[in-house]
Amino acid sequence: MDPKFQPGDSVQVLHRDQPGHVRTPMYVRGKLGVIERIVGSFPNPELLAVGHSGLPYKMLYRVNFKQGELWEDYDGAPDDTLEIEIYEHWLAPV
Amino acid sequence: MSETHDHSHDHDHPTHTHDGKPIQEDPLPSLEAQILEASVRELLIEKGVISSDDVRRAIDQVESRTPALGAKIVARAWDDPAFKETLMSDSDEALMAFGIDMRPTELCVVENTDDVHNMVVCTLCSCYPRPVLGIPPAWYKRRDYRSRAVREPRAILREFGTDIPEQKQVRVHDSNADLRYLVLPQRPDGTEGWDQEKLARLVTRDAMIGVSDVLEPADIDD
Repeated sequence: MDPKFQPGDSVQVLHRDQPGHVRTPMYVRGKLGVIERIVGSFPNPELLAVGHSGLPYKMLYRVNFKQGELWEDYDGAPDDTLEIEIYEHWLAPV
Repeated sequence: MSETHDHSHDHDHPTHTHDGKPIQEDPLPSLEAQILEASVRELLIEKGVISSDDVRRAIDQVESRTPALGAKIVARAWDDPAFKETLMSDSDEALMAFGIDMRPTELCVVENTDDVHNMVVCTLCSCYPRPVLGIPPAWYKRRDYRSRAVREPRAILREFGTDIPEQKQVRVHDSNADLRYLVLPQRPDGTEGWDQEKLARLVTRDAMIGVSDVLEPADIDD
């Protein structure tokens, strides 16, 4: 499986409602970030959690966000960041 | 860190904000989940798939892991540059020397520097590098830590007694999926020539989660 994104690529987390064992927290949905690294392919947790094999595997990335992008009123330093793992099917190119 | 509040929760917030403290209450343990766990366990034992002793052994093994193991890893990384490089680039390989198998997860080591302070949280549940640090502290699993660590990390750090200067970047790692995180703290000054055993005594659990610095040389006895 070839990764769709490379480190340094700008991405947007999809903003969709989806019930179940979703590993994309609400606070990053719709937000703009940058691919920090490609982690590799893993079983899809959304399927794994309900008794399936998790196939097809999904490419997983670490995405870096500026805290100011996540929280309008972020009360810290402007360079503060947050990094989180996001599966490819939750990311769109920017 | 937490305070109760008395307003009801039937109102909708786009982002759930209470003076910057998004969620305050811990829910009661789910009785349903407890019943389900007991039922499945008893069935598996009854059918001879596992024994009560297997369950006890598994708990014993999980609980035998302590932060002392993580401290040894950090001390070796401080002392042995080649090991540190492997730990940062291929942690599976580095952890093999300690008999640690992280599968099906992977350990991601994040290094503190003069410019960056790292801290770890799992907002969705309580993912934690148990094979290297053991059982997570109670506060790590609490909703207030989990919600505030991503929202106001500097305030949380101050509550832990850790003041990060404005010019240093705070980098929060939300451990939400397949990686588990270990903070590699900075080696304190005044420890030149120390062996790994002595270095490890400086390394606390909290420093490896990133909510504090390691101990100073003056904090430990010779």
